[in-house]
Amino acid sequence: MKMLKLVLALLALLSVVPAYADDDDFALRVKALNGESYSDKIAAAEALAALGDGRAAPVLEALADGRLGYGPDGSILIEDNGAYTDPVSGQVVQVAAFDAITVNNRLRGVARGAAARLALFSPDVEARRAAMESIMASGSDDAADMVRTAQAKETDPAIKALMAATLANLDLTSNDPARRLAAINTLGDSNDPQIRSRLQDLLASETDPAVRQAADKMLSGMDFRLGLIGFSANLFQGLSLGSVLLLAAIGLAVTFGVMGVINMAHGEMIMLGAYTAYAVQQFFRAVLPPDLIDFYLVAALPAAFAVTALVGIALERGVIRFLYGRPLETMLATWGISLMLQQVVRQIFGATNMEVANPAWMTGGWELAGGFTLTYNRVVIIFFCLAVLGGLAALLRYSSFGLSMRAVTQNRPMASAMGIPTGRVDALTFGLGSGIAGIAGVALSQIGNVSPNLGQGYIVDSFMVVVFGGVGSLWGTLVGALSLGLVNKFLEPYAGAMLGKILVLVFIILFIQKRPRGLFALKGRSVES
Amino acid sequence: MLSEKTFWSGFAALGLLFLVVVPVLNLAVPEGSALHLPNYMITLIGKYLCYAILAMAMNLVWGYCGVLSLGHGAFFALGGYAMGMYMMRAIGSRGSYGNAELPDFMVFLNWKELPWFWMGFDHFAFALIMVMVVPGILAFVFGWLAFRSRINGVYLSIVTQAMTYALMLAFFRNEMGFGGNNGLTDFKDILGFDLTQASTKMGLYLLSAVMVGATFLVVRFVAASKLGRVMMAVRDAESRVRFLGYSVTSVKLFAFTVSAVLAGIAGALYVPQVGIINPSEFSPANSIEIAIWVAVGGRGTLLGPLLGAFAVNGAKTWLTGAAPELWLFALGALFIIVTLALPKGLVGLWSTLRAKAKEKTQ
Repeated sequence: MKMLKLVLALLALLSVVPAYADDDDFALRVKALNGESYSDKIAAAEALAALGDGRAAPVLEALADGRLGYGPDGSILIEDNGAYTDPVSGQVVQVAAFDAITVNNRLRGVARGAAARLALFSPDVEARRAAMESIMASGSDDAADMVRTAQAKETDPAIKALMAATLANLDLTSNDPARRLAAINTLGDSNDPQIRSRLQDLLASETDPAVRQAADKMLSGMDFRLGLIGFSANLFQGLSLGSVLLLAAIGLAVTFGVMGVINMAHGEMIMLGAYTAYAVQQFFRAVLPPDLIDFYLVAALPAAFAVTALVGIALERGVIRFLYGRPLETMLATWGISLMLQQVVRQIFGATNMEVANPAWMTGGWELAGGFTLTYNRVVIIFFCLAVLGGLAALLRYSSFGLSMRAVTQNRPMASAMGIPTGRVDALTFGLGSGIAGIAGVALSQIGNVSPNLGQGYIVDSFMVVVFGGVGSLWGTLVGALSLGLVNKFLEPYAGAMLGKILVLVFIILFIQKRPRGLFALKGRSVES
Repeated sequence: MLSEKTFWSGFAALGLLFLVVVPVLNLAVPEGSALHLPNYMITLIGKYLCYAILAMAMNLVWGYCGVLSLGHGAFFALGGYAMGMYMMRAIGSRGSYGNAELPDFMVFLNWKELPWFWMGFDHFAFALIMVMVVPGILAFVFGWLAFRSRINGVYLSIVTQAMTYALMLAFFRNEMGFGGNNGLTDFKDILGFDLTQASTKMGLYLLSAVMVGATFLVVRFVAASKLGRVMMAVRDAESRVRFLGYSVTSVKLFAFTVSAVLAGIAGALYVPQVGIINPSEFSPANSIEIAIWVAVGGRGTLLGPLLGAFAVNGAKTWLTGAAPELWLFALGALFIIVTLALPKGLVGLWSTLRAKAKEKTQ
């Protein structure tokens, strides 16, 4: 045991010794902080920072906070919640008196900036990365020397590359053409828009032909890559919006397509699904062991389906079946239902937004080049909506219930004559459509706010998808949702979010003048009735 | 259709109520008396009268022609905006920025000159024409596109809903030049009459009441005409009317456009009385509510819309004051009950009850 302690102590000593190599210098520069005038102190702070010693960071931070002072013997001390530390030795000391070093705003700014840059020498990788990123963002060349010192010591390859890029970025404005050229070569595959603007500044004043050529080449390569990234970002966002629209519209396509019922309460079914997800999450938090919380979504999906399907069936049996053949009245009655459902939820859960957390496996994202991130929750939803669509298509195609449903869609009197219980098929269809809306709500709770008004935001959009795609056609709904999502997102950079949406609405209104039954219209007699 | 005699006596009774009884209760009956109508009630009834005009307009196109437009709030709001623009210009240099050339919100947005579509709104007559022309043209173009390609039933409802939704989004944009989110407000006077004066409010109220009477006559005239008969035939059996050689498109277009113009006038009377117009008037929910006023009163009847607008809005005012959380339940239940149990509304209920009573006595 004693041996072990000794070895450990030796090891500790070994690891510490190199850092204390220029102890005297460090101590001297710390001492100089207690200068006569503010300009003396500023010079001292800069000199201390220039040392590139990790220990200087807390000293400068303390100085900026007004926690740096001196004891009766003139030794510099850091005050921290009533305890005093000697910054050179790092030891806690007892003192009879403590006077803080006075600071002004300028000194405070210098100290804070220097402390932030000194984080480059921190033993913590993340702290170094953060410091490097903030230096890079500031784009000022004050830190150039310090970055160079740190680059020599850096071990993490990613941060080292970041440092090289930052230095090259600074070199772009160097007076030496060779250094400018080298900088361009180093930055060659960067996608940073800031570097792009610096490159443009450079091109505006550059005289050296070799540098000009290299810069031109780099700029065009960069523009191409940035264009590609912008395109993929739009594509991803469009697909994501399309998948959300699709989820919201699939259930509507079922009820509207099969039964010709305009269910204005469809949005509220989505809302109920989202609230079920919230309730299941609260249940998991309160009752089940904490390891299981990541799987609450797995339980929320069937729960939401069940809740909304039951509400849907109740609505069909209680209200809608008395209104068949009167579509306009159905629309008004379901609107009334939607108002009541909203108010019920508002009474139970309150009018404020509820927090539904992403499980750990849906949090975060893949950060791709140029600040474009594929967030996991949106990626999951894109695949989820395709799975729901596939499942529904399979149900309609292969199950006997699907067969009855298709028969009723195509020719209700004939289906009835063949012995299909159309009333029950109607109720189940309505339940299915509502249930799908419910699981859509679970998905939407992962990317947006859960509030009683949740459904209202989707109702006009999902009607547009169904009408555009063609009533009664799942493919139409898929194509309609994705194309509307993509068009919306690709218009946004040119027209802005609002105007893009307005243009899409105007386009649909004009489109259904040309094709009143949508993209994929059902053909046959039943349509005309 | 009511007989001449019943109609005119009912018309006279309503005229007496709104043009004589209400003002007398407000002006002649002393304050403190149980029968005295306070000033705020005059504005409230005036507001309901505007809703009644809107409901009658809706009834013309839905009750008589069978076209359920869920975008009538848009025509109402456009009429309101046209009037609001005149009143904005009438503020002149009395705004908070004291700029006689530009309304406050444009100064705030750093606009340098008045956009072209605000030109002419300094003149009341021009604004008055726009109140009717803008909703009329929108309805004509939109209706022509929709009815020509035979978009009917629920499709038309959805498309009109999308129209008002798109307009709402557009008017929310500051760049549109209609005050964005806040809309138009802080009006000072109309034709030189101070809007805060009780006499101006009474004048606006009386104007609304007269306009309700005029709308009554227009709707009755249209409904009683041959065109009105064709409209009802379109409502009941569109294909047959088409096969008989009538142009269904023109009939619907006529009803839709006239209805939109009436809705615009209602909006223009409404805005000076409530003192504000903002994009939320375009919201789809507002337009659907108009349908329920008509349905509650009775579709395809003359009196129904007036009755429905007063009953539903009266209940709304009372309930949102007494128990605000119950209002949406009540409104929702109303939608369901009226569609399930009262397809002909209150007027229909009255005639059913009367028929039953007659049966008993015989």
